[in-house]
Amino acid sequence: MASLIKHKIMAEIHNNGDSKSSAKIPKIKFTKLFINGEFVDSVSGRTFETIDPRTEEVIANVAEGDKEDVDLAVEAARFAFDHGPWPRMSGSERGKMMMKFVDLVEENLEELTALDAIDAGKVFEIAKVGEMPFAASILRYYAGAADKIHGKTMKMANQLQGYTLCEPIGVVGHIIPWNFPVGMFFFKTSPALAAGCTMVIKPAEQTPLSALYCAHLAKLAGIPDGVINVITGFGTTAGAAISSHMDIDCLSFTGSTEVGRVVMQAAATSNLKSVSLELGGKSPLIIFDDADVDSTVNLALLGGFANKGEFCVCSSRIFVQDGIYEEFITKLARNAKGITVGDPFAPTTHQGPQVDKKQYEKVLSYIEHGKRQGATLLTGGKPCGEKGYYIEPTIFTDVTDDMLIATDEIFGPVISVFKFKTIEEAITRANSTRYGLAAGIATKDLNIANTVSRSLRAGIVWINCYLAFDADVPYGGYKGSGFGREFGMEGLYKYLQVKSVVTPVHNSPWL
Amino acid sequence: MSSPKHEIKFTKLFINGEFVDSLSGNTFETIDPATEQVLATVAEGRKEDVDLAVKAAREAFDTGPWPRLSGEARRKILLKFADLIDENADELATLEVIDGGKLFGPVRYFEVPISSETFRYFAGAADKIRGATLKMSSNIQAYTLREPIGVVGHIIPWNGPAYMFATKVAPALAAGCTMVVKPAEQTPLTVLFFAHLSKLAGVPDGVINVVNGFGNTAGAAVSSHMDIDAVTFTGSTEVGRAVMHAAASSNLKPVSLELGGKSPFIVFDDADIDKAAELAILGNLTNKGEMCVAGSRVFVQEGVHDVFVKKLKVMVKGWATGDPFDLATRHGPQNNKQQYEKVLSCIERGKKEGATLVTGGKPFGTKGYYIEPTLFTNVTDDMSIAKDEIFGPVISVLKFKTVDEVIKRANATKYGLASGVMTKNIDTANTVSRSIRAGAVWVNCFIALDRDAPHGGYKMSGFGREQGLEALEHYLQVKTVATPIYDSPWL
Repeated sequence: MASLIKHKIMAEIHNNGDSKSSAKIPKIKFTKLFINGEFVDSVSGRTFETIDPRTEEVIANVAEGDKEDVDLAVEAARFAFDHGPWPRMSGSERGKMMMKFVDLVEENLEELTALDAIDAGKVFEIAKVGEMPFAASILRYYAGAADKIHGKTMKMANQLQGYTLCEPIGVVGHIIPWNFPVGMFFFKTSPALAAGCTMVIKPAEQTPLSALYCAHLAKLAGIPDGVINVITGFGTTAGAAISSHMDIDCLSFTGSTEVGRVVMQAAATSNLKSVSLELGGKSPLIIFDDADVDSTVNLALLGGFANKGEFCVCSSRIFVQDGIYEEFITKLARNAKGITVGDPFAPTTHQGPQVDKKQYEKVLSYIEHGKRQGATLLTGGKPCGEKGYYIEPTIFTDVTDDMLIATDEIFGPVISVFKFKTIEEAITRANSTRYGLAAGIATKDLNIANTVSRSLRAGIVWINCYLAFDADVPYGGYKGSGFGREFGMEGLYKYLQVKSVVTPVHNSPWL
Repeated sequence: MSSPKHEIKFTKLFINGEFVDSLSGNTFETIDPATEQVLATVAEGRKEDVDLAVKAAREAFDTGPWPRLSGEARRKILLKFADLIDENADELATLEVIDGGKLFGPVRYFEVPISSETFRYFAGAADKIRGATLKMSSNIQAYTLREPIGVVGHIIPWNGPAYMFATKVAPALAAGCTMVVKPAEQTPLTVLFFAHLSKLAGVPDGVINVVNGFGNTAGAAVSSHMDIDAVTFTGSTEVGRAVMHAAASSNLKPVSLELGGKSPFIVFDDADIDKAAELAILGNLTNKGEMCVAGSRVFVQEGVHDVFVKKLKVMVKGWATGDPFDLATRHGPQNNKQQYEKVLSCIERGKKEGATLVTGGKPFGTKGYYIEPTLFTNVTDDMSIAKDEIFGPVISVLKFKTVDEVIKRANATKYGLASGVMTKNIDTANTVSRSIRAGAVWVNCFIALDRDAPHGGYKMSGFGREQGLEALEHYLQVKTVATPIYDSPWL
């Protein structure tokens, strides 16, 4: 859904650039930690600045949580779980409250979108009709799942009755990245809420604002105090405190592979809490000779440049079969030039700024690597604008599989295009990566679609589409892209524990 | 007393379908804990041997037949494997007895048949591994495929090698994975015999590989291998921590951990007291107490406490030691010297902490790692024997008054593996079973393990489930495939 809508909007904006946006830059209302239903200063009193990547200026000072604040949050979440109403409410009651939460999110959609626009550089009109409604749909999906969490009765080999109970695991830690602040907040909290868990959320330090706003809406929705707690702060302090907390039962992390490693190590070293990791990717989009070149070009641009390339499933490696290669790259370069990079609130903008200075510099340095290692710069390759972290949509061709731009996740608007001959070659090269998050295939041939989709080692394979996310579609990594699934009923598993209850039976007429 | 002379047929590593020496030529000894005699000298694998094994497993997975066979075809081989286990039950049981200090009766007539039944269960599951078609909110068709995850590392403990091998290997095979098995260094023999049977069963070369050796060399090489896709571990909490840490530091492979326990066995006033005493004994003294699910904290409601303890004392005293091959024998030696010394030191601490030693408490016999079945009463929650996993034949009895009190005290542990509840009252059974934070609650029974019953830990007893179809999850990955559709008459 998100992909089709984005595709449509990009086409519309490209074609009639004179529509007006009524977006206002919002006043920042929530800048404190949210613990046990209250907005509070950090124990230390420290704050940190969050920067607007459009202007490089400070938007607001936000409370900086550290270990002692995480301790308070976990205490509140633990009490709410062990003694509070939330796990003791029925699934349908939790679902009702979650539906109220979604209603409030939808009523405040513009303000939430605007917060992510100024905090994360997202394009307002695109986010407003794409990822924001999608985030809301996730919350609604799990609101409707809360009363459908089933265990099983078992087929024992003896005169025993056995059944499984799927119980909420307890206090959950969510460590959320900066690329979809509102989205990630709901992707993670929704299934945990449905399962009956309580939680501590640590948004990325680059994008703390919308999570605090969501916490405010949670309270308005009637979610009991202590169920949702938000600690804004830094990874090495607040994030580490969560990963290594002895009283957090499970951890869900989305972010880079490097930090994911640290998180899992800390989970092991502390109380062996279970973790789920959604990490980076270097996803291939494989385009066969029989694909329609025009629509596939737009698919490649969508997959490669959506959200300024700050997308773990970004199709950063485009494999094009030699029969259509020349036509493809010609049209790719031409269409890429039609992508407007500019202010997220301008209605003609397709692509906003990179999230912060560090990312901006990292992307530019990869572009330099690409040039130095001998790839051909087809289009883009430079920063743009006088201020803000804006980078032109960049396409490299004549890339070889061993170049850095082919192996490393760049997380910016940089695509590498490769030529291939045979289906076997495409599969081998597509799979030659430590990552395994997503993949795309463009072909009309049924057998190619089936063979290639089964052969690609990736958690989600899109055939003749890309970024086709949906609430019922489980999503997660193979290999170094992590483990665990989000969305779908699978998304609930990590927040549940299976308990077997067994009792002898006597005189059962069947077994 | 007669112990048959046992021929040890397999003592080398099993890599790519062949029994081979370790690359270094190193070997180590395995001891019979009943006699402290050396049974055999076994090849000692290290990192370079693990590398060879992984290479074979990787080749077998990426290009070999195993994952490419249908579930039905894998089923056939798994069923053959089960039959071979049954045909060779005497020899397998004998190896378990002499290598692990176990008793022939329970192993031959219980653990080994359960192993073959586990193979049959997963054989029957191999052709039923389903994904789902999804209910999309737009014109897209999507489905999930549950694919074998790849090369799996299994790290197996010493308390029940045959059972553990079956529990881990059978579902991994059913799912289409290939694997490297690292048995505990205390008990290398049974798994090598299984490897031999796997070849006879028709499991292709490279699908199952066995590297015997030590934890900090071979085990560590498995946990930290960059080309192993998942690891399953059963063992102590301390080593589980090292395994998970190594998995994170290397290639972020998912792990499943089945760790220790300090499981509560709760006897209410209305319980069938004879049954409760019998289960408390079985739950603590079976396999000389070397069970992760041991009900090592026996909570007895005050109304029946004294009667219960009297019965228990008689049964503990009657728990007979003898020739491991004699079917009347109940008690055997602890598995190895280190464990033997650890259990004795736990008993000493219990005495010092002021618990009442009702019977047992001492080593016995002129050779072998034998410890008397031991009963402590008047144990309080703060004593080390009430908190730490002992993994030996030691029962601790604690008294309680009310339901709410016992739930709290039962849950006051970092572990959460199993629990037992003895009551005839439906409300007590339901309330307590929902309130105990443990992966298994056995009501009016204990150690009621079953092929279809998922089993695993809460809290620091680990995560992941073995047995049941849930066990397949470790060996599968979910892939979603989505395609746009046109003109669909429904959505």
